[in-house]
Amino acid sequence: MLALRGAAVLGAAALALATASAFAQSERQEIKKYQRMTAENSPVELWELEGADLWKAKRGPNHVSLERCDLGMGAGVLKGAYAHLPRYFADTGRVEDLESRLVTCMTTLQGLSEKEATKRVFGNADKPSDMEYLSAYIAGRSRGLRMQVSTKNPKEKASYEMGRALFHYRAGPWDFSCASCHGTPNKRIRMQELPVLSSKQGARGTYTTWPGYRVSNSQLKTMEWRINDCFRQQRFPEPDYGSDAVIALTMYVAVNANGAVYRGPGTKR
Amino acid sequence: MTNKTICLSLGGLAAALLAARLACADPTPLEVRALLHRDFHAKGQAVMSRVDQDDLQYLCTVTDGKPSAKKVKEMEADQLALIRYPADGNYMGDWKRGAEIAASGKGMTWKEKPGQDRGGGCYNCHQLSPKQESYGTVGPSLKHYASVRPGIDGQKYVYAKIYDSKAFNLCSQMPRFGTSSSLTEQDIKDLTAYLLDPASPVNQ
Repeated sequence: MLALRGAAVLGAAALALATASAFAQSERQEIKKYQRMTAENSPVELWELEGADLWKAKRGPNHVSLERCDLGMGAGVLKGAYAHLPRYFADTGRVEDLESRLVTCMTTLQGLSEKEATKRVFGNADKPSDMEYLSAYIAGRSRGLRMQVSTKNPKEKASYEMGRALFHYRAGPWDFSCASCHGTPNKRIRMQELPVLSSKQGARGTYTTWPGYRVSNSQLKTMEWRINDCFRQQRFPEPDYGSDAVIALTMYVAVNANGAVYRGPGTKR
Repeated sequence: MTNKTICLSLGGLAAALLAARLACADPTPLEVRALLHRDFHAKGQAVMSRVDQDDLQYLCTVTDGKPSAKKVKEMEADQLALIRYPADGNYMGDWKRGAEIAASGKGMTWKEKPGQDRGGGCYNCHQLSPKQESYGTVGPSLKHYASVRPGIDGQKYVYAKIYDSKAFNLCSQMPRFGTSSSLTEQDIKDLTAYLLDPASPVNQ
């Protein structure tokens, strides 16, 4: 329902702006207007509500909830947790992003196997995934707080530096790196202006609005999904979910976005 | 170790030095490659060997797209030698089919089968037909390209540029569609016609 109403609003905005001189500019304005109009009543709310229920639900062989899950701010503390991720966790001895940390909690607290916990991490319009609901709920608890991702721990620093190297690594049949699409300012792919994620400005504008609700397909997508689909288009093989490589790239962009106010989960094209 | 050698060999210019220092603070491409092999898995046609860099990809990575002039000359010549021109000397195919390949951004991903949905993704980065308003700006506009590259020399150049863009600009962002077997000889001929045929919308 909300999604439908949103689409109608977007349609009206598109009509009003049909005379704008540059198509790209008018598309940007449409999305901005849509974002303003839905700020109070975004479909993202539905994902957050569902995620809150999942967080509290007793599940898995141990029949316990995730409410004792430590996302870095202490067991069960959600406020500001997302604005500090990825970060180093002493119990696993590795840097984790939100999604890999949730897998950790599902295995250690709820008693699921890693295979069970990651069986269906990317959903679709008919049936979103638990991970999408949970990501929306937890990210939303950092809304209005500044991004503050640490590189003080040597493993955090190493993750950031690996992320930067990965970002610029050219390979595959089409010779692409992340920077092929996200490295030059003021360039478009088709009509889409892609953010320069190696820059503070580009990373800030983008990272603070993920996870994101996509108007075009009525789905809420997570950061792990975003990076997965970038690699598909890069013509690479597929990254493992929650792997160090994906976390390193997330770390790179998150640190570049430090200081910006987290505004997500956001609304996308 | 290889990375260190490259870092040192860049010592000539101040700008190059700065770029080299930044590159040297990061893990080497070989370390990145090792991580990719550990953390990625093959899916469909996207096999694991795709993460291994060839000499060109390696050089363009460690120099941030700016290798020495000597190296550029040498490696562009190597790429030029990889181009296989049509045996009949005819570079022009069917521009209508070329239009479809230019518009399609599909092909070569883990979602498609090998050889299926072969697109050039040309509009992702280039303006071509003035009628198509949805185009990218990573590459130059190719609108009215027949007037830019007229005659048989233009046809041969366009065919070769699509076949192996790196023969003309070593660290170009454009894929090597022929060398990587992403497009067939006929596909590239059709694209050449789309760019240069006077009847093609690109030249209207």
